[in-house]
Amino acid sequence: MTLLHLASVTRTVLPPDQPALTILNGVDLDVEEDDRISVVGRSGSGKSTLLNLLGLLDTPTSGVLEFAGRPVKQYASRERDRVRGREIGFVFQQFNLLPGRTALENVIMPLLYAEGRQFWRRRAIAAEMLEEVGLGHRLESLPDRLSGGEQQRVAIARSLVRGPRLILADEPTGALDLDTGQSVMELIDEVATRTRAALVVITHDPAIAERSRDHYRLDHGVLTRVGAEVGAA
Amino acid sequence: MSRLLTGLVGAVLEAWQELRIHRTRVLLSLIGVAVAVCSLTTVVALGGILQQSTAELSERQSGRPATLYVSAYSQDGGQVDAETLQTAWVETVSRYGIDYASRVVNASVPVDSPNGVLSVGTQAVDQPYGEMHRVRISEGAWFTAADAEQLAPRVIVNSVFWDSLGQPALDAHPLLSLGGDDGTTAVIVGVYPSADWETEPAMFMLADQLAAFQQADAGAGAAVDPFAGSSTQYELWVPVGDWEALAAAVKRDLAAAVGDGATVDVQRQDAAQYGDDPFLVTQMIVGGIALLVLLLGALGLVNIALVTVKQRVREIGIRRSFGATAGRVFFAVMMESVVATVAAGAAGVAAAILIVQSPMVHDLVGQGLVTDFPPFPVDAAVLGLVAASAVGALAGILPALVAVRVKVIDAIRY
Repeated sequence: MTLLHLASVTRTVLPPDQPALTILNGVDLDVEEDDRISVVGRSGSGKSTLLNLLGLLDTPTSGVLEFAGRPVKQYASRERDRVRGREIGFVFQQFNLLPGRTALENVIMPLLYAEGRQFWRRRAIAAEMLEEVGLGHRLESLPDRLSGGEQQRVAIARSLVRGPRLILADEPTGALDLDTGQSVMELIDEVATRTRAALVVITHDPAIAERSRDHYRLDHGVLTRVGAEVGAA
Repeated sequence: MSRLLTGLVGAVLEAWQELRIHRTRVLLSLIGVAVAVCSLTTVVALGGILQQSTAELSERQSGRPATLYVSAYSQDGGQVDAETLQTAWVETVSRYGIDYASRVVNASVPVDSPNGVLSVGTQAVDQPYGEMHRVRISEGAWFTAADAEQLAPRVIVNSVFWDSLGQPALDAHPLLSLGGDDGTTAVIVGVYPSADWETEPAMFMLADQLAAFQQADAGAGAAVDPFAGSSTQYELWVPVGDWEALAAAVKRDLAAAVGDGATVDVQRQDAAQYGDDPFLVTQMIVGGIALLVLLLGALGLVNIALVTVKQRVREIGIRRSFGATAGRVFFAVMMESVVATVAAGAAGVAAAILIVQSPMVHDLVGQGLVTDFPPFPVDAAVLGLVAASAVGALAGILPALVAVRVKVIDAIRY
C-alpha cells in the first residue's frame, strides 16, 4: 500500500523583501509499506523542507502530496496533527529528548496524545517499548545520565511507541560514533521490519544510506533516484 | 467524549509534569499570587465578618428589620394615661396579629447585696423582646411564657452582676432580694454576657413583674406609677414588606384610643432601614489594593511564563511532531499557569483562614464589642480561588499563544 505519494511537489518560500525562493522543485516520490529509503544531500539542498512535507508538518506550494491515498490538503490542521501522531514516528539527529524527564516519561510523551487503551495503559506500553530497545533497566534515568547511544535508543522507543506506519529518521546517527551509529541503525531496521513500518532516512552519511533498498539524492531542491540515475547512465 | 477526556487528562498531566520539573521557578513566581490571593480573601472575609457582626450588634441595640418604635405623649408635654395606653396597645397588637411586641422600660431597681443596697439598671421588657433583639444568653435561658405567671419575679442578670454574686449555679435557682428588707425575692433564670466596657451590674425583668413589684413596694391600694416615672417605649417587630402599612394602622388606632389631647408617633428604628454598610468604603479600598497586587503578581507570572515558553520552543516542537495539536499545546501551556495559580490560591486562602480565625485578629477587629464571631465566610474562600484561577488563565493566554505559533521543524532544529 502506498503510504506517501508525492507528484511534482514544489515548495516555495517568500523571504522578506526578496524574490520567491524555490526550495523543492518537482519532487516525485512514492513510499510503500515496508520500504527502506534513504535521501542524501548537502546542507541547504532542501532536506529539512522535504522532511517537513513527509512528516505532514507542512503542505506543498504546488503538486500532489497524499498520505494513505488522501490528499494532505484535504486534512484540517488538527486532523493532520492527529494522523502524524498516530502514523508517523520521528527520530532526530540530536535525539531531542525532553530534559528533566526520565527515559520512561519521554517514551510516554507521544502516548499522551493517543486515545483509548494506548492512553490509559501508557506507562506499561512505554516500559515494554524501552524493554524492546534494551533499556528496561534505565526506565527512571534522566537523559543526561544516558550515553549518546542510549539516548538515541530512548528516542527510537519514543518514535515507535504508538506503532507508526512510517518512520522518518533525520540524520539519526549524526551525533553518534561509527559503531554506535551502526548498532542504532540495526535497531531501527529491526524494529521497522518487525512492525512492517516504512523507513525514510535522511542523511549525508553514505554508509548509513547504503543500508536502504532505495536511494535518493536531493540537490538544489531536485530529488533524483540514485539507482535510476545509474540505470540511465 | 473519550477524546475530550483523554485530552483533558493529558493536558493536566503535562502541566503537572512541567510544574514538578520547574518547581523552584514556579514557587518563586507564585509567591506574589499567593500573597495577593491571601490579602484579597482576608479583606473580603473580614469585611463579611464585620458586616455580620455589625448587623447583629445593631440588631441587639435597635432591633431586627423592621422594628417600629411607638411613643405617645400629650400635647401639653405630660404623659398619656398609662392604663389607657396599655389597654389600647394590647388591643392593637392583637387586632393586627403581631406576635412580636414588647414594652421597654428603663428603670433602676434597688437590690440587696453584701455591700449594701445597689441600684441596678434594669430593662423591663415583655417576653418577645429576647427574640426581637437577639439577646444572647450565656447561662440559663431567656424568659419563657410561664415565667410571666410566677409571683416571684424572674430576672436575667449581666455577667458583671453574676460574677459579683459569685457565679451561683442557675440550677439551684439563686435568689435576689429586691427593694430592701420588706422587698420581693426574685429568681435569677439567666445570665447575658456584658460587653468589655461594661462594669456595672444590670438586669432584665419582665415589665408586668416590675409593675407588680413597684405596686407591692408602695403598698396595696396605693396609687403608683407602675414604672416609677420611667417613660414606656413600645416596640413592634413586623415583616419588612408590610411595615409602612402596619405603622400607619397602629398609629391611627392608638391615636383614636388615647384621644385628641395626645400625639402618637410610630417610627422605624432598626439600622437596616438605612441600608448603609459602614465598612464598605474601607473594604473597597483594601480590596482594590489587593486586586492591584493580584494583577502585579499576574504580570510577573506572564513575564516568567513568556521567557519560559521561549526557552521551551524545542520541547513544544517535539511535542507537535509527536501529534500534539495546536489546541492541545495552547491548553497545556495555559493549564500550567492555571494549575499553578490554583495551588497558590489554595495556599493563599488557607493562610487567610488562619489569619482571620486567629484570636489576635478577633481582638483587633472586635474591639471587645463582638463576642460571637461568625465562621469564615465561604464566599470569601470561593472568591479567592476563582480570582486565582482567573489570574492563572489570563496569565496563561499570552504564553499559550506564543507556544502555538512555534514552527515545528525550526523548533526541533533550534
